[in-house]
Amino acid sequence: MIEVEDLYFTYPSGVEALRGITLTIRDGEFVAIMGQNGAGKTTLVKHFNGLLKPTKGSVKIDGVDTTKASVAELARKVGFVFQNPDHQLFCETVEDEISFALKNFGFDEDAIKDRVDWALNLLDLTRYRNISPFMLSGGERKRVALASVLAWDPKILILDEPTIGQDYEQKERLRNFIVQLNAQGKTVIIVTHDIEFVAECKPRVILMAEGRVIADGDPHEILTNPNLVSKASLILPETTRILLGLRGMEQSGRLARVIDVYEAGRILTAMLRDQG
Amino acid sequence: MNMFDGFRFRRVSSPIHDMDPRVKFLYVLVIFAAAVLFDQLLPLLVLFVAQMPLILVAGVKRECMRSMRGSSLFAVIIFATNMLSLYLYSGGGYGSIPSIIERSLAMTFRFMVLVESFSIFFLTTSPDHLGLALEQSGVPFDLCFAFTTAIRFVPVMAEEAQTIIDAQKARGLELERGNFIRRVKNYVPVLIPLLVNSIRRSLELAEAMESRAWGASPKRTNLYVLKMKRSDYYMIITSLIILVLAAYIRLYISIPSIYELLSA
Ligand SMILES: Nc1ncnc2c1ncn2[C@@H]1O[C@H](COP(=O)(O)OP(=O)(O)OP(=O)(O)O)[C@@H](O)[C@H]1O
Ligand SMILES: [Mg+2]
Repeated sequence: MIEVEDLYFTYPSGVEALRGITLTIRDGEFVAIMGQNGAGKTTLVKHFNGLLKPTKGSVKIDGVDTTKASVAELARKVGFVFQNPDHQLFCETVEDEISFALKNFGFDEDAIKDRVDWALNLLDLTRYRNISPFMLSGGERKRVALASVLAWDPKILILDEPTIGQDYEQKERLRNFIVQLNAQGKTVIIVTHDIEFVAECKPRVILMAEGRVIADGDPHEILTNPNLVSKASLILPETTRILLGLRGMEQSGRLARVIDVYEAGRILTAMLRDQG
Repeated sequence: MNMFDGFRFRRVSSPIHDMDPRVKFLYVLVIFAAAVLFDQLLPLLVLFVAQMPLILVAGVKRECMRSMRGSSLFAVIIFATNMLSLYLYSGGGYGSIPSIIERSLAMTFRFMVLVESFSIFFLTTSPDHLGLALEQSGVPFDLCFAFTTAIRFVPVMAEEAQTIIDAQKARGLELERGNFIRRVKNYVPVLIPLLVNSIRRSLELAEAMESRAWGASPKRTNLYVLKMKRSDYYMIITSLIILVLAAYIRLYISIPSIYELLSA
């Protein structure tokens, strides 16, 4: 469980990036943190594994204050996949890359081998096992980075901008993958601008603007609220926009909270059928 | 990273910012020469304090403080090694402990004076101006461009290094673990991505430049041309006066030590 209590953070340069954030993320939750550029999303999630320590207030992971634990200790529980895989890949082979963290955490030889096999298989990377990560495409490098974090099976998984630069098929796979991990009981936190992606996954949504949380809760409520969404420099999901634009539909309560295509399709078909 | 922080230029306007970079460079050289001329505490302290008005006028107090703090570790090392070597060298007979302390402090302040003047220079001079100054001093444009680009990318690289350190820490890397050799090795996972990314970036930069017709016309003209203003000439004169004065004092006047002054 992640407990954030009245968190303030100011960078050494004087930028006040977080201004009083209070929230709780329970075990097994699936959360999307959204908001405009510079809203403080990355700054917030960097507090979850202790990379940044609060200027004021507190962050607790399973009851342990992050100021009382090292990043390495916290990272064992909280896996963090950075936006750009080029910021972490450095080994000669994909296999070494994945075992790097396992060695740091002191797993023994056999366990390392098992987990590397498992992670390679999970992300469909087995055939690249002995290839240099630098030879892979951007999307593949991203998967290697993800595998290298999943390998130690952290209880909480944080993904910063996971969909950037991914084609439609990869996004679909990523979505299924995240949903599956979450179904297995992992806490998953994604930071993203991709409102369509969120509309399809339907996680709990936390909207941020200027270092504060401006909305927190059900995606159906938040992503269909034009005021909130524009405060976060986003636009409504396309489906919602179309439905809002349909004259005479506004009063139809069922449609006012729809965010994804399949749901809209189902309701519209039913309505058309009713009308004869 | 902290030492670089002090050298990060911010675009604002002040009498110091607007000065010709060549003049400012002359000033730095003069201060450098003066700092090397003296090895007593009193004149070095004077040099240190005398530059403070410039910092205030330029409005870069905070940045300057930061670069001083960043270099404080070096200052402490300089002080400690001077103390130790002076003490051992003299076998305790070089002089009294206060005079050893004073000499070590002098060496430390010599270093701080240099940091101070370089900070003033880099904090108030944009990389573009610097490139222009080089170019107008007859350095070939290719070299000027390489130089300004290198300077411009220092903060970018510092930021990137921090991100890489964070990313590797998140994978359980502990930089401060183990003996000396182990600690150096700990930096491999940071250095390799940094290097690879810089090379990749420079190749991209080269491509972007080629596609914007780099070097298409052999004779370039500049949108901005540096021109000396009245204040620049004043600064040149001031710098030269400092130089002459420093040389004169060094040659003809005996400087009392602060310890003597205090105990007299
Ligand atoms: N290392 C840093 N030093 C100083 N200021 C920083 C640093 N990193 C971020 N900031 C500032 O803190 C604020 C919040 O940044 P943050 O990276 O958390 O935003 P974000 O919501 O992740 O934005 P984006 O959508 O662009 O990723 C911004 O104003 C940013 O300029
Ligand atoms: Mg971010």
